[in-house]
This record gives sequence, structure tokens and C-alpha cells, in this order.
Amino acid sequence: MADGSTMVAGSSVTMSPAPRQGASLRKLSRRRSTAALVLCMPLILLIVGLKIYPTFYAVFLSMLDRKMLNFVGLDNFVFLLGRPSFQLVIFQSCLFAITAVIMKAFIGFILAHLMHNIRGPSQRIWRGLLLVPWVIPLSLSTLTWWWLFDPSYSAFNWTLKWLGFDEIPFLGSVWNARISVIAVNTWFGAPFFMIMYLAALKSVPEQLYEAAAIDGAGAWQRLIYITLPMMRNIILITVLYSLIVTFADFDIVRILTNGGPQDGTHLFATYAFSVGIQSGNIPRGASVSLFMFPILATLAFFVLRDVLKRNKEVAV
Amino acid sequence: MSATTANNMPIKPKAKVGSMERQRMWAVRGSFAALSVFVVMFLIPPFYMIMTSLKSSAEISAQKGNPWIVQSPTLDNFIHLATDPSFQRYFMNSVWVTAVVVVLSMTIAILAAFSLSRMGFKGATVLSTGVFLTYLVPPSLLFIPLFQIVGSLGLINNTWVLVLLFPTLAVPFCTWIMIGYFNSIPKELDEAALIDGATYPQILIQIFIPVALPGIIAATIFAFTVAWGGFLYPLAYLYSSDQATLTVGIVRELIRGDVFAWGMIMAACVMAAAPPVIVYTFLMDYYVAGLTAGATKG
Repeated sequence: MADGSTMVAGSSVTMSPAPRQGASLRKLSRRRSTAALVLCMPLILLIVGLKIYPTFYAVFLSMLDRKMLNFVGLDNFVFLLGRPSFQLVIFQSCLFAITAVIMKAFIGFILAHLMHNIRGPSQRIWRGLLLVPWVIPLSLSTLTWWWLFDPSYSAFNWTLKWLGFDEIPFLGSVWNARISVIAVNTWFGAPFFMIMYLAALKSVPEQLYEAAAIDGAGAWQRLIYITLPMMRNIILITVLYSLIVTFADFDIVRILTNGGPQDGTHLFATYAFSVGIQSGNIPRGASVSLFMFPILATLAFFVLRDVLKRNKEVAV
Repeated sequence: MSATTANNMPIKPKAKVGSMERQRMWAVRGSFAALSVFVVMFLIPPFYMIMTSLKSSAEISAQKGNPWIVQSPTLDNFIHLATDPSFQRYFMNSVWVTAVVVVLSMTIAILAAFSLSRMGFKGATVLSTGVFLTYLVPPSLLFIPLFQIVGSLGLINNTWVLVLLFPTLAVPFCTWIMIGYFNSIPKELDEAALIDGATYPQILIQIFIPVALPGIIAATIFAFTVAWGGFLYPLAYLYSSDQATLTVGIVRELIRGDVFAWGMIMAACVMAAAPPVIVYTFLMDYYVAGLTAGATKG
């Protein structure tokens, strides 16, 4: 009797809550997704408030006149495009970004291969030494480069004279200054490419090289037919990402040349700074920055596509 | 050059090994030689930074002898800076800004990454993609509208502006790293914990954070680097000396057009570059692993 009643009670417990359990599960999952949203709230606020809103605000600002009272449409953009010094900025930014990224990728690729050749514990030490340029805050190392390039105290020029060569005005003429700026960026950025490429090299299966060696492939053929195809994706992502960062670079030019000589080294970022902050023409400075937007957006689109594709491949 | 050094190496008679192995040995020697050349080239600026920091102004201005080597080393520049109230202020500003930015960024990133990786809600995928896209937005794209925005918040020339703005640079990448690490934790682990009655905060604190510690270290270093080395934002938004951080303080305040102050400027650079160099010396492996996580898989 007592057993029966428990049985009945037990069965009723298992029977009746079935729909209620479903409802509570749904409620639970709804509560869970609310909690998930709450946890993401600081991130969302940060992105919306300090990335998305400023982007639209920049578009609004760029259409105002200098006093920020009147709406002038696209006048700022038209004015800038007609100005020779800004045409130079476009040319220099492209020259700077493309040359520097090619140099960085090339040197990084060589370094990664050299590092890959030496195995064992000493690799860590070499890697550490080669990463030093990338570890020192860029503004401080650029300051040191400036001192190395100093017109009257340059240690480089002392060495050149000592070796019997003529002195070089590193920052004195337009093209010298451009090359110097690119050189400093290459020095700073090549280590990043090195570690990315080294990681990619390590992930290429050794058997592929062994098989190729047995088939009589030389070093060059192994590079063209194994290494490059295997690293293709990571090379692409690194180059695109670096193009974005280099294109928008500020520190080096600001400290090394401040845009000079004769506006010969200004990039978008430094030009925007000198127009918008230093000369106080906020709308025009915002327009200068916005010129970067289509270029960066295009690059970002390709980075994102490759990264997502890659993640999908990895997941499969 | 590397090839000739490798060829001139006397081949040991006992090295009677297969041609592939011999080839390999030469490749290693050549690589060492070439790497040495690169290391020397890469380390010229830091070397010269240290050398100059040990010179007195008199030695720099005399321009006698080899500038690459210090003739009468002195620590005067360092002592002067360490006792200089304004340099102390730059240093302390950098320290507290960096500390607050790191804690703030990591908190935001870990919470968001946990939510995006495990809990899920409508639009979580869109948000993850958005996070990656914001990582690709460079600081120089938005600094002018941000100038107006922080101005209206009354934060111009206030170091707190950096606490507000540096996380915008650090958080997206930190979140991205953390999502990757959290995703690599097997789902069975937290499902088992959930069945055992663990709550989400418990799962996060007792399972995810300890397991993903290497990722947390990598992300923390990234946030540290962003805050310590940031230059554009402090230069644009902080104009008085007492609010400056190290990078801006050195570049803007120490350079007074007096060429002979270079010993002190370089000493300041050495002192400001030391914390990141020390951090990287000990934690480089974590950072490299976090950075290249995408490159090694697949």
C-alpha cells in the first residue's frame, strides 16, 4: 500500500512536469543568452561608443567648415584633392606602405628560413635577439634613429667618413628622408613577419620535404613547390594586415621628419595630425583621415575573408 | 657572404656522412653566419641608445673619436632622470595608466570571450566578426573625431583619457586571442561541470581561466604593449607636462633643441624601454604562441 502510493506519486511526478520542464529549459536558455549578452555589454559599448560612433561622427565633421558652424558638403575633400601637398601625401603613403611591407615580408621570410635551419635551444636566443626592434616602443626607437641620422652628429656618417665615403644627409633631402623612413619601418616590422613565417614553416610537414628530396628536388624547387604553397594563406594574411598598419603609421614620420623636408614624407596620419590638431582645422583633419577609409576597408575585407576561410578549414 | 664562410670551414675528416647530412650541416653554419649579420644590423639602434645614454654632454659635443663607443662612461644621466620630478611623473603616469588599462581590457575581453565562446546569444557570430574588424581599425583613423568626443567629455589634457581610449585598441585583439583559447577547451569539460551543478561564474573562474592561462598571459602582454608604447593618443590629447606619459614626455619635453641633451634623452629611452624588454624576455614564448596561434593550425 505504502509502496503503491509512492509509485503513483513517483509516476505523477515524472509524468506531469514534462511540459513544465520544457518551458523551464527554454526559460533557462533564454536566461543564459541574456546573461551572455550582459557579459558582452562592455565590449559592445566600447565598440559602439568609441569605434562606430566616431566613424560616423568623422563623416559628419568632415562636411563642416573650419569654424564647425556651416555645412559645406564635400568641399573639404575637393579642396584636399586639388592641393599639391595632399597629392604628395597620397603618393607617399602608398609608396611608404607598399615598399615597407614588401621589404618586411622579404626580410622576414629570409629570417624565418634561417631560423628554421637552426634547431635546438639556441633558436630561442636568436629569436629573442631578432625581436628586440619589435619589443622597444616604436616612438623611443625612432628617437634613437633620429639621433643616428642627426645632421651634425650622425654616427652613420662618422662611419662613412671613416671608411672613406661621402657623408649622406639622411633626412636632408626628400628622397633620402623617404628611404630613411621606410628603412626604420622595415627594421621595426621585419621581426613580426619573421615569427609569423617561422610558425608557418614549422607547421609544414617534414615528410613533404623528404619526399621531394628523394625525387631529386633542389632547394629552389622545394621552396617554389612546397614551402610557398603551404604558406600562401599566412603570407597573404600577414601582408594584408601589415599593409593596414603601415598605411596608417604615425610614430615614425612624426618623430623622424615631422613630414619634412618640403612636405616630402607626410603620411595620411601625420598630415591629419598637423592639419587637424596642430593647425586646429578639425573638419579638414577628419577628411584627411577619412581618405584612408576606403583603402583600409578594402584591405580589411580581404583579411577577414581569408581569416574566416582559414578558421572554417581548421574547424573541418 | 654566408656561403663563403661556410665553404671555408675545414671539413673534418671524420665527417664522412651522407651528402644530405653534409648539406644540412653547411646550411646550419651558413644560417648562423647570416643570422649574426642580421642581429648586428638589428641591434645597432638599441646598442647606440645604451652607448649614448652613458655619455656626458661634454663627450657628445666634443665629437672626438669613435661615437659608437663611450669613452668615459657615466651614470649621471640616469641619476639625473631618476631624481627629476617631471621624469618621475611621466614614469608613474605610464605605470598607472598601463596597469588600469591592462586590468580593464582583460576583464572586458575575458567576459566577452567566455560569453561568445560558450554561452551564445542571437548575433554572437556577428559580434565576433565585428571584434576582429575593430582590431583592424588603426588609432590614426579616428583620432580626430575622438578629439572632439573626449573634449566634450572634458577629458582633454587629463591622463584618464588614455584609460578610456587605450582599451579600444587592446580589447578587440585580446578578445580574439581569448576566444581562440576558450574554443580550444573541450566542450565536455564545462558540460560535465554544468551537470555537476557548477554555475557559469564557477566554470569561468575554476576551469577556463586556469586552463587558458597561456592565452591570458599573451593577451595581457598585448594590452601592456599597447598602453606602454602608445604615442598618438597621448600626443594628441595631453598637452601639459604633468599629464604626459613616458613616450610623449620624452619626445616632447626632453627635446628642447639642445643637441647636447642627447645623453639624457637616450637614458630616458633606455629606462622607458626596459619594462617591455624585461616582460618580453620572460614571457616571449607565451606571446609568440598567442600571436601565431592562427599561423600554426591548419
